[in-house]
Amino acid sequence: MMVMADKPEDNSAGNTVVTRPEDALASSEEAVLWSALSGVMDPEVPALSIIDLGIVRAVRVSAPRVEGKGGVAEIDVTPTYTGCPATALINEIIMAASVSVGFGKTKINLVLSPAWTTDWISTEAREKLRAYGIAPPSTGAPVGKATLFGALPVVTCPQCGSQNTEQVSEFGATACKAMYRCKSCFEPFEYFKCI
Amino acid sequence: MNAVYKTEDNPLFQYVLGLGDDALVLGQRWCEWLSKGPNLELDIASSNLALDLLGQAELFLGYAAELEGSGRSADDLAYLRDAHDFRNHWLVEQPNDDWGVTIARMAMFSLYHYHRLEGLTRSNDKFLSDVATKALKEVAYHRRFASEWTIRLGQGTKESHGRVQKGFNDLWRFVPELFETIDAEQKLADDGAIVASGDLRFAWEHDLDQVLEQASLVKPEGTGRLIGSRHNGHHSEHLGLLLCELQYLQRAYPTSAGAHW
Repeated sequence: MMVMADKPEDNSAGNTVVTRPEDALASSEEAVLWSALSGVMDPEVPALSIIDLGIVRAVRVSAPRVEGKGGVAEIDVTPTYTGCPATALINEIIMAASVSVGFGKTKINLVLSPAWTTDWISTEAREKLRAYGIAPPSTGAPVGKATLFGALPVVTCPQCGSQNTEQVSEFGATACKAMYRCKSCFEPFEYFKCI
Repeated sequence: MNAVYKTEDNPLFQYVLGLGDDALVLGQRWCEWLSKGPNLELDIASSNLALDLLGQAELFLGYAAELEGSGRSADDLAYLRDAHDFRNHWLVEQPNDDWGVTIARMAMFSLYHYHRLEGLTRSNDKFLSDVATKALKEVAYHRRFASEWTIRLGQGTKESHGRVQKGFNDLWRFVPELFETIDAEQKLADDGAIVASGDLRFAWEHDLDQVLEQASLVKPEGTGRLIGSRHNGHHSEHLGLLLCELQYLQRAYPTSAGAHW
């Protein structure tokens, strides 16, 4: 049986609903795999697992493990950004996690459709990001300062909760982040860009 | 020695090659800014823009290799072709010169690339529409970045205004090529696989006019004449020099497996 992570519903109120893979009706073998993958952290944003990030689209077990080994599995992974340099590393650690729980033959498929957006990051994961000090991507329609090609979002400071923040740079240390500064508590912080 | 493709050979392959080559060559131009950006934030911006473009190049060239069907990979296409087999536009291969020229080029190209990808999201070719949907999100960001910098430079000092205006003036002769639609391309468009380059012009001019107006810049007068055509393998001398740097490692260590890491 194949279990897909459900695409989040568009919700103009800004609340995205993501079906967590652990809740899905996976076979016990697939549940083992989902569970192993939920321990694989994003190498560049170690507060989040790759499941939190929403980049694992499906897992399929074509041959179950016998006495904990010899399983055959396929894992569908979608990239966040096309040029994300962590993609190769993420694939390697996914492979390692899968092999370590007994799926000796694991194949990783690159899937592009439906395209990943920040809406795939679960509500719970957004809270983890905030606690880690990264402002999570905004949800819903941007309501900030209008620009020629779209509006800049209102970004809340992850330290003090103030919305009195300003963008320092559209790009940050990784492809997925921009740099901001809080004008209330004066702390600089990173914002997970909304795409 | 690689084959030199004729315009009528495998049109979809050559069209996709053009998409990949535009991204690869412009990505390489952005790499050249690394460690030389006007400030730290822009140095980081340059590497991020380069990464997005190289990511797109990898996907498009990978698909081109599949369409070519000769067993070559995206890396083979990127590293082991000569200039006359590249199908990128002349605009993207021009040297960076200074930040004004680089921003003028990025504004011209991002507005173009945005509308081209937007058209491709409706392609009846599943792979093209998937990649376009993905890349469009990134290019929307590039478009905003380049437009805002055009306005900032245009509205900045006399020096910054002069430099970005010079960028548009110098690069304007490469505009006609962006909208050249050869017969093979029109056929693909009629079949619903792509969007004809000529059909992008209205939207491109509309967007660019807005940016130039807000930036207090003057739209250059054009001759409307093509200098040379990428479809025949014609390029300016700058592409060869760019490829010398891009392809050096693979050419210097031509092992059977290719240099890899």
